[in-house]
Amino acid sequence: MEKFTTLSGIAAPMPLVNIDTDMIIPKQFLKTIKRSGLGVNLFDEMRYNLDGSEISDFVLNQPAYREASVLVAGDNFGCGSSREHAPWAIADFGIRCVVSTSFADIFYNNCFKNGILPIVLPEDQRDALMKDAEKGANARIEVDLEAQTITSSDGETFSFELDAFKKHCLLNGLDDIGLTMEKAAAIDTFEAEVSTSRPWV
Amino acid sequence: MSPKTLYDKIWDAHVAHEADDGTCLLYIDRHLVHEVTSPQAFEGLRMSGRTVRAPEKTIAVPDHNVPTTLDRANASTMTEDSRIQVEALDRNAKEFGLHYYPVSDVRQGVVHIVGPEQGWTLPGMTVVCGDSHTATHGAFGSLAHGIGTSEVEHVLATQTLIQKKSKNMKVEITGELAPGVTAKDITMAVIGQTGTAGGTGYVIEYCGSAIESLSMEGRMTVCNMAIEGGARAGLIAPDQTTYDYCMGRPHAPKGAEWEAALTYWKTLFTDEGAHFDKVLTIRGEDIAPLVTWGTSPEDVLPITDVVPNPSSFEGGKVGAAERSIEYMGLTAGQKLADIEIDTVFIGSCTNGRIEDFRAAAAILKGKKIKDGMRAMVVPGSGLVRAQAEEEGIAQIFKDAGFEWRLAGCSMCLAMNPDQLKPGERCAATSNRNFEGRQGRGGRTHLMSPAMAAAAAITGRLTDVRDLM
Repeated sequence: MEKFTTLSGIAAPMPLVNIDTDMIIPKQFLKTIKRSGLGVNLFDEMRYNLDGSEISDFVLNQPAYREASVLVAGDNFGCGSSREHAPWAIADFGIRCVVSTSFADIFYNNCFKNGILPIVLPEDQRDALMKDAEKGANARIEVDLEAQTITSSDGETFSFELDAFKKHCLLNGLDDIGLTMEKAAAIDTFEAEVSTSRPWV
Repeated sequence: MSPKTLYDKIWDAHVAHEADDGTCLLYIDRHLVHEVTSPQAFEGLRMSGRTVRAPEKTIAVPDHNVPTTLDRANASTMTEDSRIQVEALDRNAKEFGLHYYPVSDVRQGVVHIVGPEQGWTLPGMTVVCGDSHTATHGAFGSLAHGIGTSEVEHVLATQTLIQKKSKNMKVEITGELAPGVTAKDITMAVIGQTGTAGGTGYVIEYCGSAIESLSMEGRMTVCNMAIEGGARAGLIAPDQTTYDYCMGRPHAPKGAEWEAALTYWKTLFTDEGAHFDKVLTIRGEDIAPLVTWGTSPEDVLPITDVVPNPSSFEGGKVGAAERSIEYMGLTAGQKLADIEIDTVFIGSCTNGRIEDFRAAAAILKGKKIKDGMRAMVVPGSGLVRAQAEEEGIAQIFKDAGFEWRLAGCSMCLAMNPDQLKPGERCAATSNRNFEGRQGRGGRTHLMSPAMAAAAAITGRLTDVRDLM
């Protein structure tokens, strides 16, 4: 997995609440057996007309935001299905950080498996970054994962919380299957105990 | 020892390793796999030279993509990309030696219906699947939740998940339900109150007399939509109803093992005085037959109500409601019971079980669907289909004008050919009314099977109590 240390980039504002996984990547794009190439279909039904032409007022179609690497979003981002195609599409587009007041649980976990940093901030701080993002390409947002800070183009810095283990894996680009495999002995012991205590399992 | 919740007990019984910071390796008893979210996980295993650690605990069934028309054995009924996914599952299931129910097997169906039906899902287990509606299995008092594809690969390789414990939330439904009100209305009422993010960070335990009175089918409907309230999982403590459902299922324990299991299952309840971080209580008598009006499952109102005015909301929800009402082609103040529909979908992991079909058939018996209505019933499994045929329910649907389909996810998420066209409006028993969920531009109103049957007859959203 790609490491995440610091990020400096343009932030795209998406103030809509409850942006769901069907909006992020509609189901017709789940019929792939690969993880790559979904960026072109990110937010497909909001981004393109039925004939495939771009919907010009959609944020990621506006010249200022075509190179966005941060998304500042309304509450409860990523609600809905467990499809990891959602973070795959986001990462493939080039977005490495999403800021909101809350994320759906499965989507939040999926981000960390794909080198994306989801940042939870209080409403007033998210709103400040949303205003900053609305300034367009001149507004670059800075993220420092080690320091757990996000800084607006005006130099206003906010701290964010995240789980220490998730941070460690993201900073170092670690494959957590490999980490778990190192604990195989503990899993063996657990399985042996359960085969006696709950043999029907 | 301090009193524990049901969630605490199941969690504690599955921690294989705990790090100093509380990060746990949670052992997974059952891993359900379908064709859409698993190909990349199996490919990842191959690329890293790993294998499936516990194939005997891994169950595979294709459901999302498969056509539900009677001619589906003909390969041309599936698009090329769908067929590649189904074939990949077939290959992976055989190569890694998983329990497998292919499309040709009468036991095939929606993964969350097949698991319980075959006795794979049992009380006190941990169950995961690369599908958010894995919450369904919580009805058995098993800790069940959806995972992404990377986590599918993690479970395949290690039979564990890296987890931190969630908070406990109690949702109590007291008293009893009024006639015409069902498990679907309970679960929609809860989401209407908590909102779609109200459960984020929690595992919900549903309890109270209205929950205890539900059949296993009804309990599965309630837990199924815990995810729509944002919760990691929903749970209901096992009781005699649960044991009766499990007994004799193909993969349920037998003989002395059954007795041992039963003794253990009877310890699976929340202790008196256990702590919940959040509590919600709803009177069963206060729940009316509900429908959704917008594009979020929290957009829930009694059928007797009207489309709300966006200005009645606060914050970001004002804009969301404006957008929803425009997308849905509605007007604020319009009576919900005046909304005309052209499509009815009865099925899905939420409401594709025999009890759901009995409830719909009770309304449809001797009646016809409205002229021009496209109505389909999609059984949750081949066995549900067979049972409905045996009980004469299938004939009632067919006589009323419904299409009687084969098992699959179908129009719940429209990954197979069953889709809405732009502007079409559907009364659906599924779980999500997101924009484009049932087809781009399609409009979805969620409701119970009985309510969907009523809508099929009148051609508009209808209070089922008027037809009872």
